[in-house]
This record gives sequence, structure tokens and C-alpha cells, in this order.
Amino acid sequence: MTIFFDKIVKILQKGAKSRSWLNGLLMFLASTIVGLLFAAILIWLSGKDVELAYYSLIYGSLGNVFNLSEMLMRTTPLLFSGLAVALAFHCGLFNIGVEGQLIIGGLVAGWAGYAIHGLPWIIHFPLCLLLGMCSGALWGLLAGILKAWRGVHEVISTIMLNYIAFCLTNFLVSSGGPLKAEGQLPATPFILESARLPHLIPGTRFSGSIFLALLAAFFVDYLLWKTRLGYHIRVVGKNPFAAEFGGISPRFTIIYTMLLSGGLAGLAGAVEVLGLHYRFYGAFSPGYGFDAIAIALMGNLHPFGVLLASLLFGILRVGSTQMQLTANVSQDIVYAISGVIIFFTGLRGIFDSLVSKLGSLKKRKVFNGL
Amino acid sequence: MVCSDLATIFIIRLMEATLRIATPLIFAAIGTTFSERSGVMNIGVEGMMLLGAFSAVAISYYTNDAWLGLLAAIFVGAFFGLLLAWSSISLKFNQIVAGVAINLLGVGIPNYLLIALWNKPGFSPLVDSLSPIEIPLLSNLPIIGSLFSSQNILTYLALLLSIIAQIILFKTPLGLRIRSVGEHPLAADTAGINVYALRYSCVIFSGLMAGLAGASLSIGQLSFFSKQMTQGRGFIALGAMIFGKWTPLGSLGASLLFGFADALQFSLQAIGVPIPSNLLMATPYVLTLIVLAGFVGVAKAPAAVGRPYLKGESQ
Repeated sequence: MTIFFDKIVKILQKGAKSRSWLNGLLMFLASTIVGLLFAAILIWLSGKDVELAYYSLIYGSLGNVFNLSEMLMRTTPLLFSGLAVALAFHCGLFNIGVEGQLIIGGLVAGWAGYAIHGLPWIIHFPLCLLLGMCSGALWGLLAGILKAWRGVHEVISTIMLNYIAFCLTNFLVSSGGPLKAEGQLPATPFILESARLPHLIPGTRFSGSIFLALLAAFFVDYLLWKTRLGYHIRVVGKNPFAAEFGGISPRFTIIYTMLLSGGLAGLAGAVEVLGLHYRFYGAFSPGYGFDAIAIALMGNLHPFGVLLASLLFGILRVGSTQMQLTANVSQDIVYAISGVIIFFTGLRGIFDSLVSKLGSLKKRKVFNGL
Repeated sequence: MVCSDLATIFIIRLMEATLRIATPLIFAAIGTTFSERSGVMNIGVEGMMLLGAFSAVAISYYTNDAWLGLLAAIFVGAFFGLLLAWSSISLKFNQIVAGVAINLLGVGIPNYLLIALWNKPGFSPLVDSLSPIEIPLLSNLPIIGSLFSSQNILTYLALLLSIIAQIILFKTPLGLRIRSVGEHPLAADTAGINVYALRYSCVIFSGLMAGLAGASLSIGQLSFFSKQMTQGRGFIALGAMIFGKWTPLGSLGASLLFGFADALQFSLQAIGVPIPSNLLMATPYVLTLIVLAGFVGVAKAPAAVGRPYLKGESQ
């Protein structure tokens, strides 16, 4: 019996120490299951059909080619913006401003998509993408400068910049605004064919933008753990004073991080406009930048964790619309699910320390026995 | 003469609106001031406000008594404060993670209940709300009298509380203990102060205040709950707290400034100033950024904020 117990503790300890991707994956799956169970209890308590609710949740996001493509298209901006939040977290910055940065990125990409004429696709599309990315980066840079030189806490500056971005873009595309197209919708004109990422599968809106987001995930992974800048970012995040002693400038690291984070957010807005809506309209983002905070934390701030979390969020968000229609369960229950998942992701540290405590307890007993 | 009368009315209306808009911000900002002063970041204030706002409406709906609704909001806010305290102080969660999780619950649970209870996806039914209260002597004052008769009790309470909170935090032994726990918990612990108990109480207090803030939105200013009705006010309150340099009176000032800028924007729109409304709406936020960048300078958070305290281990 004791040998058996010993073995289990050893296995657990090994798993907790190695922090392998398998360990992370298992933790993620376990907390997802807990979150779904929690929601099942809520649904059951309100007297609704749990089976129908979850069936329609899955069918609505994975059931056929159309739903699947909608899910992937929803995942794309979530992945970009989740990466943006996670990257900033590694530098110790809480970038709540991803929403504003992605809106600015989408606006500029949309503007470049219709205002610049006569370029072939091979130049026009990347140009729009680049402009979207740069404008998002500049919007993030504002918060970075305020933080690095004026000590303005990034939480408040990015919140303010979010609101300023909402107001500014709404002004530009609302009636009387300089970028507004003719018609009822508060939107810019449609972008030119040469700026679009075309729909690849007939009958769906799938444009392959998810592959760009996947590239971004690999890029962030490489950046954080294989480059000097990534090392600087992580050191400043862990301890800015130590970084300064080591000859790393926290100021410039903050600036670079906000540029990169804002750039990723800008890309989220740009692909949404260039690959899905083909025009910028006010309120085109249903809060991707805020979902991104949850996604970054669910993914434990690791780029591939963020990938998994954004897929999960894409499934939940797209499927929950169907769930509300057929099972009459509020689609916002998804937020309750992700709240519970995040709580359980936080439990991971406790799990680890519990396991190591168990181990030391065992050792002490052996010692006493001698 | 007529012109100056109109101007007076305009200014009085503006002040009324400022107070009304600032009330929830004041509550939430004072609450988070206490929690941060004791060393715990409360990012979850937005979610707690939503949960408070919803429970106030739900209880007011089932009992037809807005006062019971207010009480419910306080309890629910305090409960989620307890949840945050437990996870970040005892379980030593990352405080941002715990706060974000509470924010998500704050969106998810009320919206789920809107459908589960009333089968309405966007709004709750209308419920009893708190009525305006006249303050006996002050409301008879000639011009500004209407300021003291148009607000509900929560506005007066918010103003009063910010003064009391300032005194408690900076003029009493309790306040000194709270601040020491947030600056250097190990030293405080050595001096015999119960770090965990103080942090727990401050975080629960901040939840309670967030609940009040939510109730002042849903059954104070309005008489229903609507989806995501706080619209980021919790985060603005966090901004007000930082702006006010982690002091209750500073938070009051910052909340009033936000309220004023917002009220001014509404009034200017109402009298038809030829500036696009969307640009006017941005003024409070631009103003804040400029003030923060130019005047406030480097704000300093309590030293131990965000770090869990491990008893018996040097930090």
C-alpha cells in the first residue's frame, strides 16, 4: 500500500516538476471539464435540457462545414489578441487596451483597403495588413510611452485609450463622418478585391486567416524563448530592478513590448476586416480584446496554450448562439464557464505545491522511522 | 437676466448629473483603495458591480422592496469579495487571474439568470427603486437647494463615506495597520498585526462597496438591470483610485472629475453644440490621459500590492 502511494506521489511530483506540455494539456482539459460541468449544473437548475444545450453547442460550432468555418473565423482574431495580451503579461504589463488597438488596426486596414487604388493583390493585401499592424502598434505605443516615462499605470491609460478609440472610430464612420460610405450602416466603403483575403471554401466565409494567426503563435513562441528581446521581456516581467542591474533597460523593453502587443492586436482587427467583413464598421468587434484577457490566462500565457484556449473560446462563442436559439440558455453562460476555467487554471500552482508537500511529508515520516 | 437664469439652471443640472454619474465610481474606488492599501489588487470590481446590480434588482423584484435589494447587493458584493480574498490570500492565486475570473462570472451569471428567471435576454422587468431624498435644511437653500433634494440616499452616503474612509485610513491605528500590511507585511506581522485578517476584511469591504456601486446603478439611477450595464465603470473606478493616488478623498475627486466630464458631454449635446457627439464623448478620457501624463506624475502603488504573503518566509 505504502509503495503504491509512494509511486503515485512520485509520478505526480515528476509531472508537476517537468511542466511538460502534456501536463499543461491535462490541466487545461481538466479545468475545461470542470467549467462545463459547472455550466451543466446551472442549466439543469434552471430546468432546461442539458443534453440539448450541449448538443446544440457542439453542433453549432463543429457540426458541419459552415459551422466549423465560422468557428475558425471566430478563433482567428481571438488568437491574435490573446497572444497580444499574453506577450504583454510576460513583461509584467496588463494590456487591457487590446480592444482599442484592434479597432484602430481594423479601421486603418479598412481605410487602406478602399482608399489605395491600382495595386496588385500581392502588394495591396500585405500593405493593408502591415498598416493595420503598425497602427495598432502605435496605439499600444502611446500607453507604453506613458508608462515608461510618466509612470502612468498601463491599466488606466489603456482603458482610456480604448474609449478614445471607440469614440474616434464611431465618429469617423457615423453619419457626417469623413470615412462613411453611403447607406444606413455606420461603415466604411467595401475594400477593393485586391485587398481581400478571398473565401476559400464555397458556401462558407472561411478565408484561411487562421493560418496567419498560427504563424503569429509560432512567432511569439520563438520570440519569447529563443531571442534576446524575448529574454529581456521575461526578465523585466519577473524583476525590473534585476533587469536594470543586468544592463537591460526596462523602459525600452516596455516600449518594444507594447509595440509588439499592439501590433498583434492591430493584426487581429486587420484580418477581421480584410478576411471576413471586407469593410470596417463601428462595433465590428464583439469584445475580442476583452475575451483575449480570459484566453491568455486560460492558456497559462503560453502561445500554444493561448492557441488551445482561443479554439475553445471560438467553439463556445459560436456554439452558444445556437444553444441560445434551440435550448433557450443564455449564450453568456460561456463567460461563466471561462471564469470557472480560469479559477481552475489558477489552482495549478496549488496543485503543484500540494504535491511537493505530500512528498516532503513522506520523507519526514521515513526519517522519523529510522 | 433671463440669460443668467438659464446659465444657473444649466450649471445646477450639470452638478446634479455630475453627482449622479460619480456615485457608483466613488463607492467602487473607495472600496478598491482599501483593498489595494492592504496589498490585494481587485481587478474583479467590474464583475462584483454587475453581480451587485443584478441581485439588487432581483431581490427588489421578488420582495417589492428596494431596501432589501440594496441589502442583497451588499451581501452578494461581500460574498464575491470573500471569494477573491480566499483565492488570492489563502490559496495565493495570482490576483489578476482571480479578478478576471470574477469579472467573467459577473458577465455570465447575471445574463444567464436574466433568461432563467424572466426569459428576457437583454433587460430585467422594472422594479422598485430608491427614491430621491430631501435633506431638511440644505434643500431650502436658494439656488443650490435642488442639489440636496434630487439625489437618492446613496449619493449622500458616497460623499459621507469618502470622508470617513479618509479619516480611518490616515488618522486611526486601524488605518495605519492596513497601510503597513500593504507596504511591508513581514514587518507588520512581526509587530503582531494579523496580516491575513486585515487583508480579508479589506477585500471583503471592497466587494461590499462594489456591490453598493452596482446597486446605485441599477436601483439608484435606474429601476432595471440590463446586460453589461456597468459598461466598464469598474475599470474607470480603478482608474479613479490610481488617479487619486490610493486615497479616498483623491478617489472622490477623480470620480467627480470623470462624472463632470461625462455630464458636461451630455449637457453640451443636449443644448446642441456643433461638435460631433462621438468626439465630445471622448473628452473625459482624453482629459484624464492629459492630466495623468502632465500633472500627477509618477504614482506609487502600495509596495506589496499583488504579492501574496507567506507567513514565516522572508519576502
